[in-house]
Amino acid sequence: MSRDGRAGAAPSVLYPPGARPRLAEGQPACFKDLNLDQVVKAALAGREEYDLAQFFYSPLQDEASVRYRQEVARDLEKPGAEEVVRVFAKQMRQVRVHLRGMAEVESPQLKQGRFLEAAWGYCSAVRALLGGLQRLDLASEGLLGFVAYLRDYAGSQQFSRLTTEADALRRQLSAVEYSVLIAGNRVTVGRFRSEADLSRLVSTAFSKFTEGSTTNFLADWKSQGEPNHVHAQILERVARLYPELFGHLERFYGRRDDFMDAAVVAFDREVQFYRAYAALVARLAATGTRFCYPEVSSASKQVAFQGGTDIALALVLARYGETAVSNDIALHANERILVVTGPNQGGKTTFARMFGQLHYLAGLGVPVPAERARLFVPDQVFTHFEREETLGNLQGKLQDELLRVRDILAKASERSVIVMNESFSSTTLSDSLFIGANIIAKITELGALAVYVTFVDELASLSDATVSLVAEVPAGDPGLRTYKVVRKHADGRAYAAALAKKYGLTFSELSQRLKEGARK
Amino acid sequence: MKPNLMYIDADFDLSAPLPPQAPALSQDLGLEAICAAMAGGDRLVFESAKRALLLGLSETGEIVYRQQVLSDCLAHPDIVHQLYRNAVEAVEEERRVWGLYSGSPLSVLSRALGAVEVLVAHLRELRRTADEEAGKFSSEGFSRFFKMVSSELDDGYLAEMEAYTEELKFRNGLLLSGRLGEANSLTGFVLRRPGPASPRRRAGPFGRGSSSFEISSRDDAGLRALDDLRARGTSTVANALAQSAEHVRHFFTVLAAELAFYVGCCNLAKELASKAAHWCVPEPVTEGKDVLRAEGLYDPGLALRLGGQVVGNDLSADGKRLVMVTGANQGGKSTFLRAVGLAQMMMQAGMFVPAARFSASVCPAVFTHFKREEDPTMKRGKLDEELARMSAIASEIKPGCMLLCNESFASTNEREGSEIARQVVKAMTAAHIKVFFVTHLFELAKGLWDERPSDAVFLRAERLADGRRTFRLVEGEPLPTSFGQDSYRAVFGPALGPVAR
Repeated sequence: MSRDGRAGAAPSVLYPPGARPRLAEGQPACFKDLNLDQVVKAALAGREEYDLAQFFYSPLQDEASVRYRQEVARDLEKPGAEEVVRVFAKQMRQVRVHLRGMAEVESPQLKQGRFLEAAWGYCSAVRALLGGLQRLDLASEGLLGFVAYLRDYAGSQQFSRLTTEADALRRQLSAVEYSVLIAGNRVTVGRFRSEADLSRLVSTAFSKFTEGSTTNFLADWKSQGEPNHVHAQILERVARLYPELFGHLERFYGRRDDFMDAAVVAFDREVQFYRAYAALVARLAATGTRFCYPEVSSASKQVAFQGGTDIALALVLARYGETAVSNDIALHANERILVVTGPNQGGKTTFARMFGQLHYLAGLGVPVPAERARLFVPDQVFTHFEREETLGNLQGKLQDELLRVRDILAKASERSVIVMNESFSSTTLSDSLFIGANIIAKITELGALAVYVTFVDELASLSDATVSLVAEVPAGDPGLRTYKVVRKHADGRAYAAALAKKYGLTFSELSQRLKEGARK
Repeated sequence: MKPNLMYIDADFDLSAPLPPQAPALSQDLGLEAICAAMAGGDRLVFESAKRALLLGLSETGEIVYRQQVLSDCLAHPDIVHQLYRNAVEAVEEERRVWGLYSGSPLSVLSRALGAVEVLVAHLRELRRTADEEAGKFSSEGFSRFFKMVSSELDDGYLAEMEAYTEELKFRNGLLLSGRLGEANSLTGFVLRRPGPASPRRRAGPFGRGSSSFEISSRDDAGLRALDDLRARGTSTVANALAQSAEHVRHFFTVLAAELAFYVGCCNLAKELASKAAHWCVPEPVTEGKDVLRAEGLYDPGLALRLGGQVVGNDLSADGKRLVMVTGANQGGKSTFLRAVGLAQMMMQAGMFVPAARFSASVCPAVFTHFKREEDPTMKRGKLDEELARMSAIASEIKPGCMLLCNESFASTNEREGSEIARQVVKAMTAAHIKVFFVTHLFELAKGLWDERPSDAVFLRAERLADGRRTFRLVEGEPLPTSFGQDSYRAVFGPALGPVAR
């Protein structure tokens, strides 16, 4: 990467120096269960050209890398930063458009013109980016390192020469004038000889009739625009009128390979990782979802958060202007395993997903959907959700589930997060209790962080590693689609009556409604 | 260019929205029959007449301006017809020009060139009439109009327009200058007038270094590209020419609509004269003076229908806000109401009025509240319907307006009807609205008579002692009977004696 004697490797805004890991090729196994596939899809929409998915598929493994990204992300939230990056992205996109356009035309003058536009656009983009970043009050190691690199690059002889030549060529070409006479099918191209402007003459002569008229009779007309072979032939003859200028342009075109700096190109892509996620955050914040940068640790599992929200659910509800339920939790001492029980209405699963999401997103170094959070940086997030029974599966559902759990436990470490949802429900209650107790014991032994959603109350109080959480039926807030999950002893209370009341289906309410309906 | 024959400084706009009370006015006052008589089968005249009547003027100066133009027209109906025909033909021939004002500049330009050719011919015709006949006209409106025609459309200018339309056919090819835009795209095309062709350089306007190529007539894409270049070069002139053609067409459209009104007035004057019905030029008075005086006021609709002289009424209601009309059935009460309304509207349209003499303050608008048939949709009762209509009027009516009520609120019993009507009348007059109220509601009429407010007039349809009607209205106290017995007897013959109330 070192050119013109500039020292040091080109810095990345995604990874601290020397910490670039291998990127995952495909979507992590937990994505579908945690609905993170929907979240990433929403974040990437409109940014396909940057191929960002693999950054979202590859969480960081250590707290230093996470903090490196958090700092960059915070810098990019500063006033003016978004604008600098947005303009740069727009300019670079235009550069790519011109470069792709070169292949679409045969005419040498058109190819050269497009390259000139690309080169000039690239130079402008680099200068504007440097100027913009330098005006910001940056604090992150990632961006400060990049600015230092960019300053060296923009000052290099190679870059100045590219800029000067592109500027001069563009200026000279814009001063070119020519005449075209179209008579029948014959086109003659020659020098412009200052003939009178006929449009102006006509407009003046007819002005008493056109004054005050705002009608545009050509509102629905558009020129073909794209250069075609007739344009190419005219252009070729224009080039003959200005041989010296077009000769210079041809020599400039000869330098088209490798005119862009690899680190600048990488920045253009990597910074989109932050913009993609920030756009999603802004969208959700508008409907009331709170985000924060979590305090992260690779060592402590004393996880705590307030206002934790299922980001995928928030995304769905935002379309209707609604906000998803949020939950608080704080783990103390040896508590590692959250056992969630309660009614079958989405509160439990939402909580479990949210717990997994928070830890996954913390590992990406981005803000998480919570008001405050202290999170563990896991090596991996595992999920075990109920699957549809498949006909080709001869082992039976229960055995299949057990095999998947065995697989997870084999891969997981004490640094993993495991989310298990309604596991082992396709058997008798005593079987579920037996299997559940054993699995929880294994997870406890492993030392991993886990959420275990179940209908078996007894599992909630197995040891000092488990925390009992219960999804509460609210007194009646129809705006909330999910329930709060709170620290509580699992008491096996019947939820049916409460649900019936919420929907107005108790004996007295239903009787009253039927009476009113009859009177209408 | 504006004809300004209807307004001192504005176009007569046939597409201007009519006021919400327009349908009721047409129906209640018999406006359509008047307009039909004016039109004599010409739709444009009908429309212009209807607009002029329903969108009356409220400035006395504007009314007098029109009255003077009308007086010129009545003196020279043939010339007015000639001007009208020329304008109508200009519009119709322009409409028949082939092509559309849409798509590429080439098609817009071609359509505009065709239109300009047609329109310039009619401008020349207009010029000729102006040159020959202007001296015969004395109104401010026509003087300005003819002066404008001769100054704006002098021979030199018309010839210049024709020369440009010829040049824009590009018989020797189309010359463009251009520049290079982003990425060497061809841009900045400007249409140029080729310099004088020198006999030495037959190749055209180009000097050293020029070269040419030809597009094969089989190369469809190439021909399209060539047309696109032509289109880009001519977009400004296409728009300018289309705007000009549209302007001139609009001028003729407005001129035709404005003259149509005067043609209609000439027709109506002739028609009334043939029925031996008189008319006069009314004297408009500034709004707010509460002037209303008429002699021999009659309903022109009735005159046209009956084809003979009809009874006229005198009215002296200066300073009055309320005119209560009671009395005999079939005594001419409704006819009187229509005559008042029509005279007011015709005056404000700048027309002559059906009376021997007429003078009135201008009012912002006339409203009518006439008895209606049962609502055929059966959505609501009759009183409901009446109240809804009055409520709709109440949301539109302004101080100074005229409200003509014909047997309003008779669809309920007398006491309720009278009470509702009394409150409406009181509120309206207090709000400076001039109310004409024809009614059989004795309680209403008697109650108001007893109060005898100074700004009220009480008229009664005259009935002679033998039961004959004179169709005249005379001032007098409301009577408890409307002589319905006369009608009864006319139908059934003898009846019992008077019945005590």
